[in-house]
Amino acid sequence: MSHLLEVSNLKIWDGGTGDVIVPGSSFHVKPGSCLAIVGESGSGKSVTCKAIMRLNKAGIRQSGDLVFKGENLSRLTEREMRKKRGKQLCMIMQNGMRAFDPSCVVGVHLQETLRRHFGWSKDEITFQMKIAMGSVMLKNPLEVMNKYPHQLSGGMLQRVMIALAIVLEPDLIVADEPTTALDTISQFEVVDQFMQLRERMGCSMIFVSHDLAVVRKISDEVMVMKDGVIVEQGTSQAIFADAKHEYTRYLVSTKQSLHQHFKRVMGGSGVAER
Amino acid sequence: MNMLKQILKDRLAGVSLFIVAITIAAGAFAPWLAPHDPNHIHMELRYAGPSWDFPLGNDHLGRDVLSRLIFGIRPSVLYVFAALLASVCMGAIVGFIAGYFRGRTDAVLMRVVDAMLSFPGYVLTLALIGMLGVGLENILIAFVLSKWAWFARIIRTSVMQIAETDYIKYSKTIGVGHLSIMARHIVPVSLPDIAVIASSAFGSMVLQISGFSFLGLGIQAPHAEWGMMLNEARTVMFSKPELMLAPGLTIILVVSAINFLSDALQGALDPKLMSSKAKFQARTAVSAARLQGKEVA
Amino acid sequence: MGWYMAKRGLYAIPMMIVISFLTFILIHLSPMDPAEVVLEAQGVPQITPELIAQTKAELGMDRPFLIRYANWLIDCLQLDFGHSYVSGEPVWTLLGPAFLNTLQLTFASVIAVIALSVGLGVICALREGRLLDRSVRGVSFFLTSMPSYLLASLMIWYFAVKLDLLPTSGMASSASYVLPVVVIAVNYAGIYFRMIRSSMISQLHEDYVLYGRASGLSETTITMHMIRNSLQIAISVFCMAVPIILGSTVVVENVFAWPGLGSLSMHAILSRDFPVIQAYVLVMAVAFVLFNTVSDMVNAAMNPKLRGDL
Repeated sequence: MSHLLEVSNLKIWDGGTGDVIVPGSSFHVKPGSCLAIVGESGSGKSVTCKAIMRLNKAGIRQSGDLVFKGENLSRLTEREMRKKRGKQLCMIMQNGMRAFDPSCVVGVHLQETLRRHFGWSKDEITFQMKIAMGSVMLKNPLEVMNKYPHQLSGGMLQRVMIALAIVLEPDLIVADEPTTALDTISQFEVVDQFMQLRERMGCSMIFVSHDLAVVRKISDEVMVMKDGVIVEQGTSQAIFADAKHEYTRYLVSTKQSLHQHFKRVMGGSGVAER
Repeated sequence: MNMLKQILKDRLAGVSLFIVAITIAAGAFAPWLAPHDPNHIHMELRYAGPSWDFPLGNDHLGRDVLSRLIFGIRPSVLYVFAALLASVCMGAIVGFIAGYFRGRTDAVLMRVVDAMLSFPGYVLTLALIGMLGVGLENILIAFVLSKWAWFARIIRTSVMQIAETDYIKYSKTIGVGHLSIMARHIVPVSLPDIAVIASSAFGSMVLQISGFSFLGLGIQAPHAEWGMMLNEARTVMFSKPELMLAPGLTIILVVSAINFLSDALQGALDPKLMSSKAKFQARTAVSAARLQGKEVA
Repeated sequence: MGWYMAKRGLYAIPMMIVISFLTFILIHLSPMDPAEVVLEAQGVPQITPELIAQTKAELGMDRPFLIRYANWLIDCLQLDFGHSYVSGEPVWTLLGPAFLNTLQLTFASVIAVIALSVGLGVICALREGRLLDRSVRGVSFFLTSMPSYLLASLMIWYFAVKLDLLPTSGMASSASYVLPVVVIAVNYAGIYFRMIRSSMISQLHEDYVLYGRASGLSETTITMHMIRNSLQIAISVFCMAVPIILGSTVVVENVFAWPGLGSLSMHAILSRDFPVIQAYVLVMAVAFVLFNTVSDMVNAAMNPKLRGDL
């Protein structure tokens, strides 16, 4: 088995109404590679990510096998699963503003998480976080840790989450639309940090986005979802160069026409190139 | 009608509506419904238990408990409702004017409201009763005078939100008269908000009035009122605790029904409130209304 | 932050002035002439116009309105609220001890209300929709619809008379606190419990809970964060509970013969003892404004968003 994560026949449905959200997905993530999941909102991307972490809301049920490093996550008890979360499977949330408890300084979450997984002392945690935060270009790490979420920008909080992931050294990072809530410039910076993160740690990543420009830049493989179904899977180049499925072609073409329109309006090579 | 249907979908809410309707009808037709004269004294029947003639027994003066309960609906529920209506109307007029015209009118009216609200509600009511003297009419007057400001504050906020909407601005631009905008666009839209707030205050106001009567500040003997019946029963509480049963259960039943109905009303009128956050905010508003009414109960 | 506190504190001063003015003119709402009331209360057999005029002069009621107000206000600031029409005692000697007694009852009750509503609210939110949650909600709904005087009477009948466990009335020992505090707590906890429960449930859907779980934190740690956030919303409401309960003890005090403001004000109202009523209103309203101010300040101190901005 060369795959880090092998998902087979993942079915997700609403336990209350019986509505099926994802009828049956199978895909895998290779060690050290980045799988991008694209699709419009409501296509089941986010639910799939949460299903991998087994973190969907109480009413949402799931079945199927999630084999992670030879171990089936679906069969683990909640307690065993909790040990994996953070340490081996690390999640990066869409909205940094809401991901941290608004009534505590950001550092509280970092302290709690790292103490939980490594049992470090307060000073040790501060020391480690300082290095990690420095490497994601956060100036004054100590000051950042003592600020409340609303005092920091979305991009900064996103980088705090990345810094935490650096310290945790997980095998797989699940990033659920990490750039959607950001403005263009922070988006660029955050994507840059994600690239560096992969280079530095060699970990695998699932990167959910509906921004094809970002996906093209960061991913090795792409998976396209529509209405809960995976309509196309393949390497990044293949998908962007020669999409098989009509929906993918549609996504790529709208992106390109927008892009071209943008270029025309801006008169030449634009910011969107990045 | 649609609203009614939606409320009736919930069985408990249907039962509550039924209870409230029956209570109001019984209060309105009390002289025809009550089997006996509520104030007629039968000294030979003092503390008599239930019988065919007197289904709920007789009180310390041998008066028919059932008839007293039925006549008690008027001061305990109907007059409270009238007082609530009056103070909501007062609050609505002030709230509409302040919220619609804004500017200096708003500032002046809201200062008055602030001054009224700087007194805790119960203290203001007690103070007014103290000045006006004991009696049901005075309690009701004190009630209206001390509650309107609070309704005005809430209705103003609601009206202000509606007045900010584009279609109202548009109506103003094309020169529709103020009165016509208010009557045709603002009143119908804000009515649900007002209904929810008023109904959520109703239950606790019933409790409050009965509390005043219990203390002897309200209706004067020999007239029947639920709180006063309980007060009379209290004097013989140690020997005849069962006398508290009928009036006590009646109050609990009616107030529960009113509270339940107000919750159902809130759900039926505002399905969009069902998102968790908005629902929480609405809940807080309703709780605040309950508290406001509860202060003395 | 300091600025906000100062501003909020200063804002209370005009409020107090408005309150004192309204309290002062309150007495003129009465359909009866105060002088007449005094004479009646003192049991003077025949009230003649001369006697009324004489009493008015004694009470200083013949002077201009604003001067009377100023004099009254200065007296009030020195805790001189005049003399009771009925007993002739200085009002403060009646009011002061009663106020302290009521305050003790209030604080004990507020603590009970907070403990009860937070405890139940958190437990029910974590067990949302289960049997425990539904039964607690049902009982609390029922108890909220129950008049407090009925509950109080039933409690006296059961615990004090049938079981003979607790004293029926007065405030002789610490056991006297139990029944009144329970009655007030049960009556108010219902509303606060609903609030805590629904705010806890709304916290469940917040992203920080998901991120906490995704980071492998224990449920206990996450629950503590949720409680922290729910309480932040509830803290101002709890601060407001102090003044609300302070005045709402009237009924309970009467049932349990608690020698507090509630009993005092009732007697004053029934005997039309205007100076006592006036002093009661003033003291309560001032306490209300003070607690409001304090609750706003506590709120600001607790809420990092406000703290950062101000």
